[in-house]
Amino acid sequence: MSSEVGQQHPLSLYFWIWGLLFVVSAGSYFTDFMEAGYLRWTLILTFMLVKAGYIVAIFMHLKWERWALIYALLLPPGALLVLMGLMAWESWDYTWLSRVVYFGEDPYPLRCPDAANPNCVPMAH
Amino acid sequence: MAQAAAAGHATIFEDWGSDVTTFKGVPWGKAMMWIFLLSDTFIFSCFLISYMTVRITAAEPWPNASEVFSLTMFGAPVPLLLIAIMTFDLITSSGTMALAVNYGYRRDKKKAIRFICATAFFGAVFVGMQAFEWTKLISEGVKPWGNEWGAEQFGACFFMITGFHGMHVSAGVIYLLIVAWRLHKGVYDKTNYEIVEIVGLYWHFVDLVWVFIFAFFYLW
Repeated sequence: MSSEVGQQHPLSLYFWIWGLLFVVSAGSYFTDFMEAGYLRWTLILTFMLVKAGYIVAIFMHLKWERWALIYALLLPPGALLVLMGLMAWESWDYTWLSRVVYFGEDPYPLRCPDAANPNCVPMAH
Repeated sequence: MAQAAAAGHATIFEDWGSDVTTFKGVPWGKAMMWIFLLSDTFIFSCFLISYMTVRITAAEPWPNASEVFSLTMFGAPVPLLLIAIMTFDLITSSGTMALAVNYGYRRDKKKAIRFICATAFFGAVFVGMQAFEWTKLISEGVKPWGNEWGAEQFGACFFMITGFHGMHVSAGVIYLLIVAWRLHKGVYDKTNYEIVEIVGLYWHFVDLVWVFIFAFFYLW
């Protein structure tokens, strides 16, 4: 298809995706009422990726572009995953442990230095 | 353009090795917008990764976002209420933007302009709610250098990330209104109205970034 014509899709497709995004967002919001843990983290990530995927694929029409463009856009962010991995490794395995082991910071401190602050609820541990 | 994805992976090498325009069937403005958005992805990701880094390294506990961002409704605190409303507002604007792009390619100028203006309206509402959120938090003592709930880096990350995103939304609203005005004046009448898709790409990206901010900053 030449650029004379552009993207033509039935309106119903957009309404479906729109509705779906609302549902997924609602699901995302309700994870906030769950207990912290692997299930919650998995759900947060799943909803996030589903939502992002539909926005990019359908609303931004990437699904219908040529592979040359799709790969030019989706491959470079792989470098960001590498950066994320490196930073997570260093943060925990080096910086945080140094602070705890060598500088004697309490790894599980009480949450409220100011006990009079009504906004602050001490964490149980 | 449209059915090309079905043409198979071999087209990658043909397109990149063709010694002429690589992104075939893509107007140059659209290709440049995509490349800009890719660079913007790197900026936002660097912010989110630095947030991850300071959060992991903080020996003090990280403030609990669902407490910090709760609103009191009918005497009970509702966690992340405003943030949820902002999220739904942004998805609504994404939907109206998608419709504007569709009507643009159908050469229905009036409807395209109307939906672009609706998108700008929802964007402005989002910025308004964010201004309210910032005011409320600052008055409660969240500052870039400290807060009463825990690790002091929380404020710095919050203002940096949401501020940069809010700036994108504000710029997007101005961009949308300029495009709507120029569309109305007939500036793009000799084109295929791909400008609507280009501004749409920017707007969907702003919504996309919010998806990640919502997951990592507010929910995690």
